[in-house]
Amino acid sequence: MKRSVFPVYYTWFDKLGWVGLRALCGAVLFFLLLPILVIIPLSFSDSSFLTYPITGWSLRWYQELFASPDWARATRNSFIVAPLATIIATALGTLAAVGLARVQFFGKGLITSLLIAPMVVPIVVVGVSTYLFFARIGLSDSYTALILVHAALGAPFVVTTVLATLQGFNQNLVRASLGLGVGPIQTFFRITLPVIAPGVISGGLFAFATSFDEVVVTLFLAGPLQGTLPRQMFTGIRENISPTIAAVATLLILFTASLMVVLEWLRGRVK
Amino acid sequence: MKIKPVILALAATATIALPALAQSELTVVNFGGANGAAQKKAYFEPFEKSGAAKVIAVEYNGEQAKIKAMVEAKKVVWDVVEVESPDLNRGCDEGLFEKLDWAKIGNKSDFQPAAVHECGVGVFVWSTVMAYNADKIKNAPTSWADFWNTSKYPGKRGMRKGARYNLEFALMADGVKAADVYKVLATKDGADRAFKKLTELKPNIQFWEAGAQPPQFLVAGDVVMSTAFNGRIDAAQREGKNLQITWTGGIYDLDYWVMPAGGPNKDLATKFIAMASSPNEQAEYARNISYGPTNNKALTKLDASVLAKLPTSPSNSKDALRFNITFWADQGEALEKRFAAWAAQ
Amino acid sequence: MNASATLPHTQPVRTGLARTTLLAQLRRVERRKRLRAMALTLPLLLFLAVTFLVPLGALLMRAVENPEVAGTLVRTGAALQHWDRTSAPPDAAYAAIVQDLGAIPETAQAGVLARRLNTEIGGARSLIMSTYRALPLANSATPEQARVALLALDPRWGELPFWWAIAKNSSRWTPDYLLTALDLKRDAQGHIGRVGADEAAFSEILVRTFYISSVVTLVCIALGYPLAYWLSTLNARRANLMMILLLLPFWTSVLVRIAAWIVLLQSSGLVNRFLMFLGVINEPLALLFNRLGVIIAMVHILLPFMVLPLYSVMKSIPNNYVKAAISLGSPPFTAFLRVYVPQTFPGVAAGGLLVFITAIGYYVTPALLGGPGDQMLSYYVAQYTNVEVNWGMACALGSVLLTATLVLYVFYRRFAKSELSLG
Repeated sequence: MKRSVFPVYYTWFDKLGWVGLRALCGAVLFFLLLPILVIIPLSFSDSSFLTYPITGWSLRWYQELFASPDWARATRNSFIVAPLATIIATALGTLAAVGLARVQFFGKGLITSLLIAPMVVPIVVVGVSTYLFFARIGLSDSYTALILVHAALGAPFVVTTVLATLQGFNQNLVRASLGLGVGPIQTFFRITLPVIAPGVISGGLFAFATSFDEVVVTLFLAGPLQGTLPRQMFTGIRENISPTIAAVATLLILFTASLMVVLEWLRGRVK
Repeated sequence: MKIKPVILALAATATIALPALAQSELTVVNFGGANGAAQKKAYFEPFEKSGAAKVIAVEYNGEQAKIKAMVEAKKVVWDVVEVESPDLNRGCDEGLFEKLDWAKIGNKSDFQPAAVHECGVGVFVWSTVMAYNADKIKNAPTSWADFWNTSKYPGKRGMRKGARYNLEFALMADGVKAADVYKVLATKDGADRAFKKLTELKPNIQFWEAGAQPPQFLVAGDVVMSTAFNGRIDAAQREGKNLQITWTGGIYDLDYWVMPAGGPNKDLATKFIAMASSPNEQAEYARNISYGPTNNKALTKLDASVLAKLPTSPSNSKDALRFNITFWADQGEALEKRFAAWAAQ
Repeated sequence: MNASATLPHTQPVRTGLARTTLLAQLRRVERRKRLRAMALTLPLLLFLAVTFLVPLGALLMRAVENPEVAGTLVRTGAALQHWDRTSAPPDAAYAAIVQDLGAIPETAQAGVLARRLNTEIGGARSLIMSTYRALPLANSATPEQARVALLALDPRWGELPFWWAIAKNSSRWTPDYLLTALDLKRDAQGHIGRVGADEAAFSEILVRTFYISSVVTLVCIALGYPLAYWLSTLNARRANLMMILLLLPFWTSVLVRIAAWIVLLQSSGLVNRFLMFLGVINEPLALLFNRLGVIIAMVHILLPFMVLPLYSVMKSIPNNYVKAAISLGSPPFTAFLRVYVPQTFPGVAAGGLLVFITAIGYYVTPALLGGPGDQMLSYYVAQYTNVEVNWGMACALGSVLLTATLVLYVFYRRFAKSELSLG
């Protein structure tokens, strides 16, 4: 007798439900992926309108993209702001997570909430408050303000990720190292850090993605010369959706997809 | 002979002299799009060619908050900015802009009266008009009443998101003559009447925010008629799209060059503004986009086909009215809030 | 054997008094550990304090600050203090305002004052600026003469609303921005009441923000629950593969996804073309620049925020409960409903609150995809900051949004035993 995929006790209703569930999930996954699948081919279309069917193929939008000084400036700015913000966020966040991990101290709950606050506060409130504040001290329209606030937005992700990693960290390694006479700082760099490295790196990647994709705070804090890629896309979508946007979108999808692959691989290492 | 001191001296003079030889930069801010492209051709390139300075063109969407923040923090990085007329008045009152030295710019009598202001010079005259897709509409609409007539012209209409212009258009569609519009609008009944008329059209309105959107909507067929900036429609026409303008009842206004107060390049900025306001350059600008020059001497340099498309030409400005800055400076915030409430219903 | 040689961080143990000394040493070591842990969190704390918390505090302060009138019209404020608000203002007030306006050193400050009063009553801007420019007034030595001169200059000086505006704003602090943000206002006597129907925008906007966020949250639960459940039943390899498919849109830039939705939903876009090809509709549907487009795009962006916490909760539910229920005779579906689903409620609450909290703060998606009737509260915060340049109002609206978010976050902490995280 052929073995059915359904358990023996399933009625027709249950079988229907089983099939229906998978159909629904397929539809939802399709819904999630559709926009990404749709925009990639359009970047190779030769028409200047973003409509299907695609009549001809060409690389001219990529050529326009690479020749445009606005997009070049935006790309340069994104790759200046995001890495610097990530470094600050990762360094400070890892330190804070190590401090929060094992030890109970006075006010730990309050401090934890404060450190996570940037994830909770509405982003436009962050944008307006930092804009008015930094403008008053003369730092509006500057890289400094942008990098600092992006780092503040990314730090909570580092803290939560590294904290989660530290839950599984074997404290005996540290005790052994201390017992062998190694100082605490050296212990941290030579024992703790390499073990939690996957967590630190994935937290750093989260922070990088947060800064790289950030648009609302950038709309307030960045002047026209500090505009990042999302800022430029925002203007582009408002003004005129040309296939150049589709070309940028495709490149960004490829970039973040590769980041994501690295992250998933690291997640496997952490668990 | 000691070589070292000589070299040091040479190096010292070089470091002092080089910055003077290095080209200075001027940051000019405008609204981008077709307007920005025309400015590049008519103003920035000649200015750079004359060797005065390198022009860094920057785009913005009119946010005055950035200028205010810059001036208050005393860290001004924008040298010349193109602003709309309400912002000119407001900013001048609040001390955000430098007072211009007209002696260095030009003869005041050469310019249209509206273009002369203590804080700014008019850049061009533009008009918010009714545009339609001539491929979809065969008999041209002739008035704002036609814009509201959805049985004669079925389809959606594009309107700018906000109370400005729309209230005036609504009153004109309701039968108010162009010359009386602001008088009526200043009264409470007038404002109620305008909003009531807008409510009539509301189900058919698609709102736009950026100047590039109306031509896009018209070409894509999302709307059959739209309010639009005349220059953007002109740009679409140059690209071969069959969009036409009905000039009756258009609202014209000027954009102005201003210099944020406390900027480091005041003289260079004044030089740029002077150059951009001279007849030849203004004529070149008008050839690239159909916005009217503010320097009357530039009109003589333009041929008839260009002149016919300008908002300032006699046939186009016949029934037009000038945007009333004082009225909007006073009532703007309240009316925009009312519009937000109206849009929510 | 010398014990001190092997343990470098403690002192040698002694007998007799050994326990007390050891306890004291332990306490000392523990305290040092605690201090060290606190010190490690200090750099990030200070950093966040400067770049994040202090600006937030400044925002809350600015929502109630009112320096423009109080700083310039000092004498006028004093003269109006005992005014009953119903009869004409005293002559001393007229004289005072002439003096105060004359004492303003720069036009810039007059302009700021004019703008502030104009937000109270339209028309004040031109009144103040024209008066300022006309100063000094001839024949205005005595208060009566000052009154006559002012009324001759501009008859609006005889209208009470302008004086109400000045009297109301003479103090350094004002509740008016916050009141306006809640569609309330103070009348001339200082009593609080609702604003007129055609001015009441913000309560409607707040309701709209919550409504859109609720719809998005419910749709996310409806779509995300089955997906998370199915993912949790897969084996590890397949689950990883499906996870990648789920996370790819999650990691894609928001603006990329919005651009893609505009392409899909426009009247000549794929969705309309497909539906017309199927013959379901004859005319393209309006899917863009309206509420439907905003909800579709927001669901798309926020769905992973629902699926990930739900998935991690579901993975931790042991499946023997359901099996036990079935073995006791329950139909599989009933077992699912009555045994499995209740165990997932914490995950649903956590995911739902996460989605809701994120949704009410949304700005970019409604701004690019919605009509003017679909803009959420964040949009108006940005408008008041950039366009109207009314920073008091912007901060007041921001404070309202912030308060709502913090209240919801407190609820979230109660349901989710852990911090805001994505599983």
